[in-house]
Amino acid sequence: MQQLYAPVLQLEHLTKEIIELTFRSSYLAETIRPGQFLNIRVDNNFPLLRRPFSVYNVQRDTISIAFNIVGLGSSILAKKHIGDSLDIIGPCGNSFDQFIDGDYDTAILIAGGIGVAPFPLLTASLLSKKNIVTFLGGRTKELLVPNHLSNVKFATDDGSEGMKGTVLDLLKKDLAENNYGKIRFFSCGPSRMMKAVGDFAKELGVLCYASVETSMACGIGICQGCNIETTTGDRKYKLVCCEGTIFETQTIKLT
Amino acid sequence: MNESFTLGSVTFKNRILTASGTFGYGNENPDLVDVSKLGGIITKSLSWKPRDGNPNPRITETPSGMLNSIGLANIGVHKFISEKLPKLKILDTKIIANIAASSVKEYGDVLELLEQQEGIHAYEINVSCPNVKEGGLNFGNDSKQVAVITKELRKKTTRPLVIKLTPNVTHISEFARVCESEGADAISVINTVIGMAVNINTRKPKIATATGGLSGPAIKPIALAKVFECVHAVKIPVIGIGGIMTWEDAVEFFIVGASMIQTGTANFINPSTGISIAEGIKMYCVKNSLNDVGTLIGTLETDKNVSVISSWL
Repeated sequence: MQQLYAPVLQLEHLTKEIIELTFRSSYLAETIRPGQFLNIRVDNNFPLLRRPFSVYNVQRDTISIAFNIVGLGSSILAKKHIGDSLDIIGPCGNSFDQFIDGDYDTAILIAGGIGVAPFPLLTASLLSKKNIVTFLGGRTKELLVPNHLSNVKFATDDGSEGMKGTVLDLLKKDLAENNYGKIRFFSCGPSRMMKAVGDFAKELGVLCYASVETSMACGIGICQGCNIETTTGDRKYKLVCCEGTIFETQTIKLT
Repeated sequence: MNESFTLGSVTFKNRILTASGTFGYGNENPDLVDVSKLGGIITKSLSWKPRDGNPNPRITETPSGMLNSIGLANIGVHKFISEKLPKLKILDTKIIANIAASSVKEYGDVLELLEQQEGIHAYEINVSCPNVKEGGLNFGNDSKQVAVITKELRKKTTRPLVIKLTPNVTHISEFARVCESEGADAISVINTVIGMAVNINTRKPKIATATGGLSGPAIKPIALAKVFECVHAVKIPVIGIGGIMTWEDAVEFFIVGASMIQTGTANFINPSTGISIAEGIKMYCVKNSLNDVGTLIGTLETDKNVSVISSWL
Protein backbone atom coordinates (compact mmCIF):
# COMPACT_ATOMS: atom_id res chain seq x y z
CA MET A 1 0.00 0.00 0.00
CA GLN A 2 1.29 3.44 -0.89
CA GLN A 3 0.23 7.06 -0.84
CA LEU A 4 0.90 8.50 -4.27
CA TYR A 5 -0.09 11.17 -6.77
CA ALA A 6 -1.43 10.08 -10.15
CA PRO A 7 -2.26 12.26 -13.17
CA VAL A 8 -5.76 12.14 -14.66
CA LEU A 9 -5.66 10.86 -18.26
CA GLN A 10 -9.30 10.70 -19.22
CA LEU A 11 -12.80 11.39 -17.97
CA GLU A 12 -15.52 9.63 -19.92
CA HIS A 13 -19.28 9.32 -19.50
CA LEU A 14 -20.09 5.62 -19.82
CA THR A 15 -23.79 6.53 -19.57
CA LYS A 16 -25.56 9.79 -18.76
CA GLU A 17 -25.09 9.06 -15.06
CA ILE A 18 -21.90 7.03 -14.82
CA ILE A 19 -18.39 8.37 -15.29
CA GLU A 20 -15.12 6.51 -15.78
CA LEU A 21 -12.03 8.38 -14.59
CA THR A 22 -8.70 7.02 -15.81
CA PHE A 23 -5.29 7.93 -14.40
CA ARG A 24 -1.74 6.73 -14.72
CA SER A 25 -0.02 4.72 -11.99
CA SER A 26 2.13 1.76 -12.88
CA TYR A 27 2.39 0.84 -9.19
CA LEU A 28 -1.38 0.59 -8.77
CA ALA A 29 -1.86 -1.07 -12.16
CA GLU A 30 0.60 -3.78 -11.15
CA THR A 31 -0.56 -4.34 -7.58
CA ILE A 32 -4.33 -3.92 -7.64
CA ARG A 33 -6.45 -7.08 -7.26
CA PRO A 34 -10.14 -7.53 -8.17
CA GLY A 35 -12.45 -5.95 -5.59
CA GLN A 36 -9.84 -3.69 -3.97
CA PHE A 37 -10.45 0.02 -3.61
CA LEU A 38 -8.55 3.29 -3.62
CA ASN A 39 -9.02 5.98 -0.98
CA ILE A 40 -8.90 9.23 -2.90
CA ARG A 41 -8.57 12.81 -1.66
CA VAL A 42 -10.82 14.45 -4.22
CA ASP A 43 -9.58 17.97 -3.45
CA ASN A 44 -6.99 19.63 -1.24
CA ASN A 45 -9.09 20.99 1.59
CA PHE A 46 -12.72 20.22 1.03
CA PRO A 47 -14.16 17.71 1.60
CA LEU A 48 -11.85 16.83 4.46
CA LEU A 49 -11.88 13.06 4.29
CA ARG A 50 -10.84 10.76 1.48
CA ARG A 51 -13.49 8.89 -0.48
CA PRO A 52 -13.26 5.16 -1.27
CA PHE A 53 -13.69 4.06 -4.91
CA SER A 54 -13.64 0.54 -6.36
CA VAL A 55 -11.16 0.01 -9.13
CA TYR A 56 -13.05 -0.46 -12.40
CA ASN A 57 -10.41 -1.36 -14.93
CA VAL A 58 -6.67 -1.70 -15.50
CA GLN A 59 -4.86 -1.38 -18.82
CA ARG A 60 -1.05 -1.47 -18.94
CA ASP A 61 0.04 1.36 -16.59
CA THR A 62 -3.38 3.00 -16.34
CA ILE A 63 -6.13 2.37 -13.88
CA SER A 64 -9.71 3.62 -13.70
CA ILE A 65 -12.59 4.09 -11.30
CA ALA A 66 -16.27 4.31 -12.26
CA PHE A 67 -18.82 6.25 -10.25
CA ASN A 68 -22.11 8.08 -10.42
CA ILE A 69 -22.49 11.50 -8.93
CA VAL A 70 -24.12 10.93 -5.57
CA GLY A 71 -22.52 13.56 -3.35
CA LEU A 72 -19.83 16.08 -2.86
CA GLY A 73 -16.81 13.84 -3.43
CA SER A 74 -18.02 12.33 -6.68
CA SER A 75 -19.23 15.68 -8.04
CA ILE A 76 -15.77 17.18 -7.49
CA LEU A 77 -14.12 14.19 -9.16
CA ALA A 78 -16.46 14.55 -12.13
CA LYS A 79 -15.02 18.02 -12.75
CA LYS A 80 -11.36 16.97 -12.84
CA HIS A 81 -9.30 17.96 -15.85
CA ILE A 82 -6.78 15.94 -17.78
CA GLY A 83 -3.41 16.39 -16.08
CA ASP A 84 -4.87 17.09 -12.63
CA SER A 85 -3.14 15.14 -9.91
CA LEU A 86 -5.06 12.72 -7.70
CA ASP A 87 -3.86 12.02 -4.14
CA ILE A 88 -4.45 8.29 -3.66
CA ILE A 89 -3.88 5.73 -0.91
CA GLY A 90 -4.09 2.16 -2.16
CA PRO A 91 -4.59 -0.60 -2.90
CA CYS A 92 -6.94 -0.97 0.09
CA GLY A 93 -9.06 -3.85 1.32
CA ASN A 94 -9.15 -7.57 0.59
CA SER A 95 -9.87 -8.92 -2.89
CA PHE A 96 -12.06 -11.48 -4.61
CA ASP A 97 -8.93 -13.59 -5.27
CA GLN A 98 -9.30 -15.80 -2.20
CA PHE A 99 -12.94 -16.56 -3.06
CA ILE A 100 -12.56 -17.41 -6.76
CA ASP A 101 -11.30 -20.98 -6.47
CA GLY A 102 -13.57 -23.74 -5.24
CA ASP A 103 -15.94 -26.51 -6.13
CA TYR A 104 -18.38 -24.77 -8.45
CA ASP A 105 -18.89 -24.44 -12.20
CA THR A 106 -20.47 -21.05 -12.74
CA ALA A 107 -19.82 -17.71 -11.09
CA ILE A 108 -23.02 -15.68 -10.83
CA LEU A 109 -22.19 -11.95 -10.70
CA ILE A 110 -24.97 -9.70 -9.43
CA ALA A 111 -24.63 -5.92 -9.48
CA GLY A 112 -26.95 -3.07 -8.62
CA GLY A 113 -26.14 0.14 -10.50
CA ILE A 114 -22.61 1.36 -9.94
CA GLY A 115 -22.04 -1.75 -7.83
CA VAL A 116 -20.80 -3.19 -11.12
CA ALA A 117 -17.52 -1.29 -10.62
CA PRO A 118 -15.38 -4.18 -9.26
CA PHE A 119 -16.75 -6.74 -11.75
CA PRO A 120 -14.61 -6.14 -14.87
CA LEU A 121 -11.48 -7.15 -12.93
CA LEU A 122 -13.29 -10.04 -11.25
CA THR A 123 -14.50 -11.19 -14.67
CA ALA A 124 -10.96 -11.12 -16.04
CA SER A 125 -9.78 -13.31 -13.16
CA LEU A 126 -12.67 -15.75 -13.51
CA LEU A 127 -12.65 -16.13 -17.31
CA SER A 128 -10.08 -18.91 -17.57
CA LYS A 129 -11.45 -20.81 -14.57
CA LYS A 130 -15.23 -20.71 -14.44
CA ASN A 131 -18.33 -20.06 -16.50
CA ILE A 132 -19.75 -16.60 -15.80
CA VAL A 133 -23.26 -15.18 -15.91
CA THR A 134 -23.70 -11.53 -14.98
CA PHE A 135 -26.91 -9.86 -13.82
CA LEU A 136 -27.07 -6.09 -13.89
CA GLY A 137 -29.91 -4.13 -12.33
CA GLY A 138 -30.65 -0.45 -11.99
CA ARG A 139 -33.38 2.19 -11.86
CA THR A 140 -32.94 2.92 -15.56
CA LYS A 141 -30.66 1.88 -18.39
CA GLU A 142 -28.53 4.96 -17.60
CA LEU A 143 -27.22 3.05 -14.58
CA LEU A 144 -26.22 -0.08 -16.49
CA VAL A 145 -22.63 -0.45 -17.63
CA PRO A 146 -22.04 -3.82 -19.32
CA ASN A 147 -18.45 -3.17 -20.50
CA HIS A 148 -15.71 -5.76 -19.83
CA LEU A 149 -18.24 -8.29 -18.50
CA SER A 150 -19.34 -11.71 -19.67
CA ASN A 151 -22.78 -13.09 -20.54
CA VAL A 152 -24.76 -10.10 -19.25
CA LYS A 153 -28.50 -9.99 -18.47
CA PHE A 154 -30.36 -6.82 -17.52
CA ALA A 155 -33.19 -5.70 -15.26
CA THR A 156 -34.44 -2.14 -14.79
CA ASP A 157 -37.09 -0.68 -12.51
CA ASP A 158 -38.61 1.28 -15.42
CA GLY A 159 -38.19 -1.45 -18.03
CA SER A 160 -35.93 0.72 -20.20
CA GLU A 161 -33.51 -2.19 -20.60
CA GLY A 162 -34.01 -5.93 -20.14
CA MET A 163 -36.59 -7.27 -17.74
CA LYS A 164 -38.76 -4.83 -15.83
CA GLY A 165 -38.14 -5.46 -12.16
CA THR A 166 -35.32 -5.91 -9.72
CA VAL A 167 -32.10 -7.73 -10.37
CA LEU A 168 -33.20 -10.32 -7.80
CA ASP A 169 -36.43 -10.97 -9.74
CA LEU A 170 -34.33 -11.48 -12.85
CA LEU A 171 -31.86 -13.74 -11.04
CA LYS A 172 -34.60 -15.95 -9.61
CA LYS A 173 -36.37 -16.25 -12.95
CA ASP A 174 -33.14 -17.02 -14.80
CA LEU A 175 -31.95 -19.66 -12.34
CA ALA A 176 -35.34 -21.36 -12.58
CA GLU A 177 -35.01 -21.54 -16.36
CA ASN A 178 -31.35 -22.52 -16.68
CA ASN A 179 -29.02 -25.09 -15.22
CA TYR A 180 -25.57 -23.62 -14.60
CA GLY A 181 -24.30 -26.59 -12.58
CA LYS A 182 -22.80 -25.74 -9.21
CA ILE A 183 -22.91 -21.99 -8.67
CA ARG A 184 -21.37 -19.31 -6.44
CA PHE A 185 -22.63 -15.73 -6.05
CA PHE A 186 -20.60 -12.54 -6.14
CA SER A 187 -22.56 -9.37 -5.48
CA CYS A 188 -22.04 -5.66 -5.19
CA GLY A 189 -24.60 -2.88 -4.93
CA PRO A 190 -26.94 -1.25 -2.45
CA SER A 191 -26.93 -2.92 0.97
CA ARG A 192 -30.59 -3.96 0.73
CA MET A 193 -29.97 -5.63 -2.62
CA MET A 194 -26.96 -7.50 -1.27
CA LYS A 195 -28.95 -8.61 1.75
CA ALA A 196 -31.74 -9.95 -0.48
CA VAL A 197 -29.23 -11.71 -2.74
CA GLY A 198 -27.49 -13.15 0.34
CA ASP A 199 -30.80 -14.43 1.73
CA PHE A 200 -31.57 -16.05 -1.63
CA ALA A 201 -28.11 -17.67 -1.68
CA LYS A 202 -28.78 -19.07 1.77
CA GLU A 203 -32.08 -20.57 0.52
CA LEU A 204 -30.21 -22.21 -2.35
CA GLY A 205 -27.35 -23.28 -0.12
CA VAL A 206 -24.68 -21.52 -2.17
CA LEU A 207 -21.85 -19.26 -1.05
CA CYS A 208 -22.32 -15.55 -1.68
CA TYR A 209 -19.52 -13.01 -1.50
CA ALA A 210 -20.56 -9.36 -1.28
CA SER A 211 -18.44 -6.23 -1.51
CA VAL A 212 -19.75 -3.96 1.25
CA GLU A 213 -19.82 -0.18 1.29
CA THR A 214 -19.78 1.97 4.43
CA SER A 215 -18.61 5.48 5.16
CA MET A 216 -14.93 5.48 5.99
CA ALA A 217 -12.34 7.92 7.23
CA CYS A 218 -8.87 6.39 6.93
CA GLY A 219 -9.56 3.33 4.74
CA ILE A 220 -6.53 1.56 6.23
CA GLY A 221 -7.80 0.12 9.50
CA ILE A 222 -6.79 2.77 12.01
CA CYS A 223 -9.87 4.90 12.66
CA GLN A 224 -12.24 1.94 13.23
CA GLY A 225 -15.09 3.96 11.77
CA CYS A 226 -16.27 1.42 9.17
CA ASN A 227 -17.45 -1.44 11.35
CA ILE A 228 -19.96 -4.07 10.27
CA GLU A 229 -21.69 -6.44 12.65
CA THR A 230 -20.72 -10.10 12.35
CA THR A 231 -22.83 -13.23 12.85
CA THR A 232 -19.96 -15.63 13.51
CA GLY A 233 -16.67 -15.63 15.40
CA ASP A 234 -15.78 -14.05 18.72
CA ARG A 235 -15.81 -10.42 17.59
CA LYS A 236 -19.01 -8.42 17.38
CA TYR A 237 -17.72 -6.21 14.59
CA LYS A 238 -15.25 -6.36 11.73
CA LEU A 239 -13.76 -3.45 9.83
CA VAL A 240 -14.98 -3.10 6.25
CA CYS A 241 -11.89 -1.25 5.02
CA CYS A 242 -9.25 -3.82 5.92
CA GLU A 243 -11.06 -7.06 6.82
CA GLY A 244 -13.44 -6.51 3.88
CA THR A 245 -14.72 -5.02 1.81
CA ILE A 246 -15.65 -8.53 0.65
CA PHE A 247 -17.41 -10.85 3.09
CA GLU A 248 -19.41 -14.04 2.77
CA THR A 249 -22.92 -12.71 3.33
CA GLN A 250 -23.86 -15.20 6.04
CA THR A 251 -20.98 -13.97 8.21
CA ILE A 252 -22.21 -10.36 8.40
CA LYS A 253 -25.41 -8.50 9.17
CA LEU A 254 -26.50 -6.57 6.11
CA THR A 255 -29.37 -4.14 6.62
CA MET B 1 18.68 22.73 15.70
CA ASN B 2 17.26 21.21 18.89
CA GLU B 3 13.86 19.70 18.26
CA SER B 4 13.78 17.46 21.32
CA PHE B 5 11.62 17.76 24.40
CA THR B 6 12.07 16.15 27.80
CA LEU B 7 9.09 15.21 29.92
CA GLY B 8 10.03 13.73 33.27
CA SER B 9 12.50 10.95 32.57
CA VAL B 10 11.74 10.70 28.85
CA THR B 11 13.30 12.66 26.02
CA PHE B 12 11.31 12.78 22.80
CA LYS B 13 13.29 13.42 19.61
CA ASN B 14 10.76 16.01 18.55
CA ARG B 15 7.56 17.56 19.80
CA ILE B 16 5.21 15.72 17.46
CA LEU B 17 2.99 12.89 18.68
CA THR B 18 0.17 10.97 17.01
CA ALA B 19 -3.09 11.22 18.92
CA SER B 20 -4.72 8.20 20.52
CA GLY B 21 -7.17 6.41 18.26
CA THR B 22 -5.81 7.98 15.09
CA PHE B 23 -2.78 5.77 14.55
CA GLY B 24 -4.06 2.33 15.49
CA TYR B 25 -1.78 0.58 17.92
CA GLY B 26 1.22 2.17 16.24
CA ASN B 27 2.59 -0.30 13.73
CA GLU B 28 -0.27 -0.85 11.30
CA ASN B 29 1.08 0.79 8.18
CA PRO B 30 4.87 0.87 8.14
CA ASP B 31 4.88 1.45 4.37
CA LEU B 32 3.01 4.73 4.74
CA VAL B 33 4.82 6.32 7.69
CA ASP B 34 8.38 6.27 8.97
CA VAL B 35 7.55 6.49 12.67
CA SER B 36 11.21 7.06 13.58
CA LYS B 37 10.68 10.66 12.49
CA LEU B 38 7.97 11.20 15.12
CA GLY B 39 8.51 12.18 18.74
CA GLY B 40 6.15 9.46 19.84
CA ILE B 41 3.08 7.39 19.18
CA ILE B 42 0.09 7.34 21.51
CA THR B 43 -1.71 4.02 21.34
CA LYS B 44 -5.40 3.49 20.96
CA SER B 45 -7.17 3.67 24.34
CA LEU B 46 -6.58 0.43 26.24
CA SER B 47 -9.08 -0.99 28.69
CA TRP B 48 -8.81 -4.05 30.94
CA LYS B 49 -11.12 -6.21 28.83
CA PRO B 50 -11.55 -5.98 25.05
CA ARG B 51 -14.33 -3.60 23.99
CA ASP B 52 -16.48 -4.14 20.90
CA GLY B 53 -17.25 -0.45 20.56
CA ASN B 54 -20.38 1.19 19.21
CA PRO B 55 -22.71 0.17 16.36
CA ASN B 56 -22.38 1.51 12.81
CA PRO B 57 -22.45 4.28 11.65
CA ARG B 58 -19.61 5.48 13.82
CA ILE B 59 -18.34 8.39 11.77
CA THR B 60 -19.63 11.16 9.56
CA GLU B 61 -17.98 14.11 7.92
CA THR B 62 -19.12 17.59 8.99
CA PRO B 63 -17.94 21.00 7.76
CA SER B 64 -14.15 21.01 8.20
CA GLY B 65 -14.33 18.10 10.57
CA MET B 66 -15.71 14.73 11.45
CA LEU B 67 -17.88 13.29 14.18
CA ASN B 68 -16.94 9.96 15.65
CA SER B 69 -18.36 7.59 18.17
CA ILE B 70 -16.13 4.55 18.05
CA GLY B 71 -16.91 3.66 21.65
CA LEU B 72 -13.30 2.95 22.63
CA ALA B 73 -13.25 -0.29 20.66
CA ASN B 74 -9.97 -1.98 21.55
CA ILE B 75 -8.39 -5.38 21.97
CA GLY B 76 -7.84 -4.98 25.70
CA VAL B 77 -4.57 -4.49 27.54
CA HIS B 78 -3.64 -8.20 27.73
CA LYS B 79 -3.81 -8.76 23.99
CA PHE B 80 -2.07 -5.42 23.46
CA ILE B 81 0.84 -6.64 25.56
CA SER B 82 1.07 -10.05 23.88
CA GLU B 83 0.37 -9.06 20.27
CA LYS B 84 1.12 -5.37 19.71
CA LEU B 85 3.78 -4.33 22.20
CA PRO B 86 6.50 -6.66 20.84
CA LYS B 87 6.16 -4.90 17.47
CA LEU B 88 6.10 -1.45 19.07
CA LYS B 89 9.19 -2.07 21.19
CA ILE B 90 11.42 -2.29 18.15
CA LEU B 91 10.25 1.04 16.72
CA ASP B 92 12.66 3.94 16.98
CA THR B 93 10.21 6.27 18.71
CA LYS B 94 8.60 6.69 22.13
CA ILE B 95 5.45 4.75 22.97
CA ILE B 96 2.77 6.37 25.12
CA ALA B 97 0.05 4.00 26.28
CA ASN B 98 -3.39 5.60 26.41
CA ILE B 99 -5.68 4.16 29.08
CA ALA B 100 -9.48 4.24 29.22
CA ALA B 101 -11.55 2.69 32.00
CA SER B 102 -14.95 2.67 33.61
CA SER B 103 -13.74 2.77 37.23
CA VAL B 104 -10.81 4.21 39.15
CA LYS B 105 -9.76 0.64 39.95
CA GLU B 106 -9.71 -0.32 36.26
CA TYR B 107 -7.47 2.66 35.42
CA GLY B 108 -5.11 1.47 38.13
CA ASP B 109 -5.19 -2.18 37.06
CA VAL B 110 -4.41 -1.37 33.42
CA LEU B 111 -1.58 0.95 34.39
CA GLU B 112 -0.09 -1.57 36.83
CA LEU B 113 -0.01 -4.24 34.15
CA LEU B 114 1.62 -1.88 31.65
CA GLU B 115 4.04 -0.76 34.34
CA GLN B 116 5.52 -4.28 34.34
CA GLN B 117 6.29 -4.03 30.60
CA GLU B 118 9.35 -2.66 28.94
CA GLY B 119 8.85 -0.46 25.91
CA ILE B 120 6.13 1.75 27.38
CA HIS B 121 7.63 5.19 27.94
CA ALA B 122 4.70 7.18 29.29
CA TYR B 123 0.96 7.12 29.91
CA GLU B 124 -1.85 9.29 28.66
CA ILE B 125 -5.09 8.93 30.57
CA ASN B 126 -8.38 9.29 28.72
CA VAL B 127 -10.80 10.60 31.34
CA SER B 128 -13.61 11.12 28.80
CA CYS B 129 -15.11 7.77 29.76
CA PRO B 130 -18.38 6.93 31.52
CA ASN B 131 -17.92 6.28 35.23
CA VAL B 132 -20.02 3.18 35.83
CA LYS B 133 -20.29 3.83 39.58
CA GLU B 134 -21.58 7.36 39.02
CA GLY B 135 -24.34 6.38 36.62
CA GLY B 136 -22.30 6.81 33.47
CA LEU B 137 -21.30 10.45 33.93
CA ASN B 138 -17.90 11.14 32.43
CA PHE B 139 -14.97 11.19 34.84
CA GLY B 140 -13.61 14.05 32.78
CA ASN B 141 -16.53 16.33 33.61
CA ASP B 142 -15.95 16.10 37.35
CA SER B 143 -12.76 17.67 38.66
CA LYS B 144 -12.96 15.63 41.88
CA GLN B 145 -12.93 12.40 39.88
CA VAL B 146 -10.05 13.64 37.72
CA ALA B 147 -8.19 14.43 40.94
CA VAL B 148 -8.78 10.92 42.30
CA ILE B 149 -7.63 9.24 39.08
CA THR B 150 -4.51 11.39 38.84
CA LYS B 151 -3.62 10.83 42.48
CA GLU B 152 -4.13 7.05 42.32
CA LEU B 153 -2.16 6.61 39.09
CA ARG B 154 0.64 8.88 40.27
CA LYS B 155 1.26 6.50 43.18
CA LYS B 156 1.73 3.62 40.75
CA THR B 157 4.26 5.00 38.30
CA THR B 158 7.32 7.18 37.90
CA ARG B 159 6.89 7.20 34.12
CA PRO B 160 5.46 10.46 32.73
CA LEU B 161 1.75 10.68 33.46
CA VAL B 162 -0.33 12.79 31.10
CA ILE B 163 -4.04 13.50 31.61
CA LYS B 164 -6.07 14.16 28.46
CA LEU B 165 -8.72 16.75 29.21
CA THR B 166 -12.13 17.20 27.67
CA PRO B 167 -13.18 20.66 26.47
CA ASN B 168 -16.81 19.91 27.30
CA VAL B 169 -16.64 21.65 30.68
CA THR B 170 -17.14 25.23 31.82
CA HIS B 171 -13.54 26.00 32.78
CA ILE B 172 -10.90 23.57 31.58
CA SER B 173 -8.29 25.42 33.66
CA GLU B 174 -9.94 24.10 36.83
CA PHE B 175 -9.19 20.56 35.59
CA ALA B 176 -5.67 21.53 34.55
CA ARG B 177 -4.95 22.79 38.08
CA VAL B 178 -6.30 19.61 39.64
CA CYS B 179 -4.03 17.49 37.44
CA GLU B 180 -1.03 19.62 38.33
CA SER B 181 -1.67 19.54 42.05
CA GLU B 182 -2.16 15.75 42.06
CA GLY B 183 1.16 15.16 40.34
CA ALA B 184 0.49 14.82 36.62
CA ASP B 185 3.54 15.54 34.45
CA ALA B 186 1.53 17.12 31.64
CA ILE B 187 -1.97 17.56 30.25
CA SER B 188 -3.25 16.95 26.72
CA VAL B 189 -5.65 19.67 25.60
CA ILE B 190 -8.16 18.90 24.09
CA ASN B 191 -10.13 15.71 23.51
CA THR B 192 -13.01 15.95 20.99
CA VAL B 193 -15.84 18.45 21.30
CA ILE B 194 -19.34 16.98 21.66
CA GLY B 195 -21.28 17.44 18.44
CA MET B 196 -24.19 16.16 16.37
CA ALA B 197 -25.39 15.87 12.79
CA VAL B 198 -28.77 14.81 11.39
CA ASN B 199 -29.81 13.25 8.08
CA ILE B 200 -32.83 15.37 7.08
CA ASN B 201 -34.22 12.68 4.77
CA THR B 202 -34.33 9.86 7.30
CA ARG B 203 -34.50 12.24 10.29
CA LYS B 204 -31.95 9.99 11.97
CA PRO B 205 -28.74 11.14 13.62
CA LYS B 206 -25.82 10.62 11.25
CA ILE B 207 -24.00 8.50 13.82
CA ALA B 208 -25.58 5.67 15.77
CA THR B 209 -25.06 7.21 19.21
CA ALA B 210 -26.72 10.51 18.15
CA THR B 211 -23.92 12.64 19.59
CA GLY B 212 -20.21 12.08 19.16
CA GLY B 213 -16.82 13.69 19.26
CA LEU B 214 -16.08 16.46 16.79
CA SER B 215 -12.50 16.66 15.54
CA GLY B 216 -10.54 18.16 12.66
CA PRO B 217 -9.89 21.76 11.58
CA ALA B 218 -13.35 22.79 12.83
CA ILE B 219 -12.14 22.55 16.43
CA LYS B 220 -8.70 24.13 16.06
CA PRO B 221 -9.76 27.59 17.31
CA ILE B 222 -11.46 25.96 20.30
CA ALA B 223 -8.37 23.91 21.04
CA LEU B 224 -6.10 26.96 20.82
CA ALA B 225 -8.32 28.88 23.24
CA LYS B 226 -8.32 25.96 25.69
CA VAL B 227 -4.53 25.63 25.47
CA PHE B 228 -4.31 29.40 26.07
CA GLU B 229 -6.50 29.03 29.14
CA CYS B 230 -4.50 26.08 30.51
CA VAL B 231 -1.01 27.47 29.99
CA HIS B 232 -2.01 30.46 32.08
CA ALA B 233 -3.36 28.21 34.82
CA VAL B 234 -0.56 25.66 35.30
CA LYS B 235 3.20 25.33 35.06
CA ILE B 236 3.26 21.70 33.86
CA PRO B 237 3.60 21.27 30.07
CA VAL B 238 0.47 21.41 27.94
CA ILE B 239 0.30 19.13 24.91
CA GLY B 240 -1.79 20.84 22.24
CA ILE B 241 -4.26 18.81 20.19
CA GLY B 242 -7.25 19.70 18.05
CA GLY B 243 -7.46 20.15 14.30
CA ILE B 244 -3.73 20.36 13.61
CA MET B 245 -3.26 19.62 9.91
CA THR B 246 -0.15 21.61 8.94
CA TRP B 247 3.12 22.83 10.44
CA GLU B 248 1.64 26.33 10.57
CA ASP B 249 -1.12 25.00 12.81
CA ALA B 250 1.50 23.40 15.05
CA VAL B 251 3.48 26.64 15.29
CA GLU B 252 0.31 28.45 16.39
CA PHE B 253 -0.05 26.00 19.28
CA PHE B 254 3.62 26.44 20.24
CA ILE B 255 3.29 30.23 20.21
CA VAL B 256 0.23 30.01 22.43
CA GLY B 257 2.19 27.83 24.83
CA ALA B 258 1.86 24.15 23.96
CA SER B 259 5.11 22.25 24.63
CA MET B 260 4.23 19.39 22.29
CA ILE B 261 1.44 18.76 19.80
CA GLN B 262 -0.55 15.77 18.59
CA THR B 263 -1.95 15.14 15.15
CA GLY B 264 -5.25 13.29 15.10
CA THR B 265 -7.82 13.47 12.34
CA ALA B 266 -5.06 14.58 9.95
CA ASN B 267 -3.54 11.09 10.21
CA PHE B 268 -6.66 9.66 8.58
CA ILE B 269 -6.13 11.85 5.55
CA ASN B 270 -2.34 11.83 5.37
CA PRO B 271 -0.83 9.20 7.65
CA SER B 272 2.54 10.97 7.40
CA THR B 273 1.20 14.35 8.56
CA GLY B 274 3.41 14.34 11.66
CA ILE B 275 6.54 14.01 9.56
CA SER B 276 5.67 16.88 7.24
CA ILE B 277 4.82 18.99 10.30
CA ALA B 278 8.21 18.21 11.88
CA GLU B 279 9.95 19.23 8.63
CA GLY B 280 7.92 22.42 8.33
CA ILE B 281 8.69 23.45 11.90
CA LYS B 282 12.41 22.96 11.26
CA MET B 283 12.24 25.22 8.20
CA TYR B 284 10.30 27.84 10.14
CA CYS B 285 12.92 27.83 12.91
CA VAL B 286 15.79 28.14 10.45
CA LYS B 287 14.06 31.02 8.72
CA ASN B 288 13.49 32.75 12.06
CA SER B 289 16.99 32.01 13.39
CA LEU B 290 15.74 29.84 16.23
CA ASN B 291 18.14 27.08 17.26
CA ASP B 292 15.66 25.39 19.58
CA VAL B 293 11.98 24.82 18.88
CA GLY B 294 11.50 25.35 22.62
CA THR B 295 12.26 29.06 22.29
CA LEU B 296 8.99 29.39 20.40
CA ILE B 297 6.83 28.07 23.22
CA GLY B 298 4.60 30.67 24.83
CA THR B 299 5.85 33.60 22.79
CA LEU B 300 2.38 34.95 22.10
CA GLU B 301 2.33 38.73 21.95
CA THR B 302 -0.78 40.09 23.65
CA ASP B 303 -1.75 43.37 25.24
CA LYS B 304 -1.34 43.22 29.00
CA ASN B 305 -5.06 43.75 29.53
CA VAL B 306 -6.09 40.71 27.45
CA SER B 307 -7.49 38.18 29.86
CA VAL B 308 -7.55 34.43 29.32
CA ILE B 309 -11.29 34.17 29.58
CA SER B 310 -12.76 37.11 27.73
CA SER B 311 -15.69 38.59 29.57
CA TRP B 312 -17.13 40.70 26.77
CA LEU B 313 -18.21 37.86 24.48
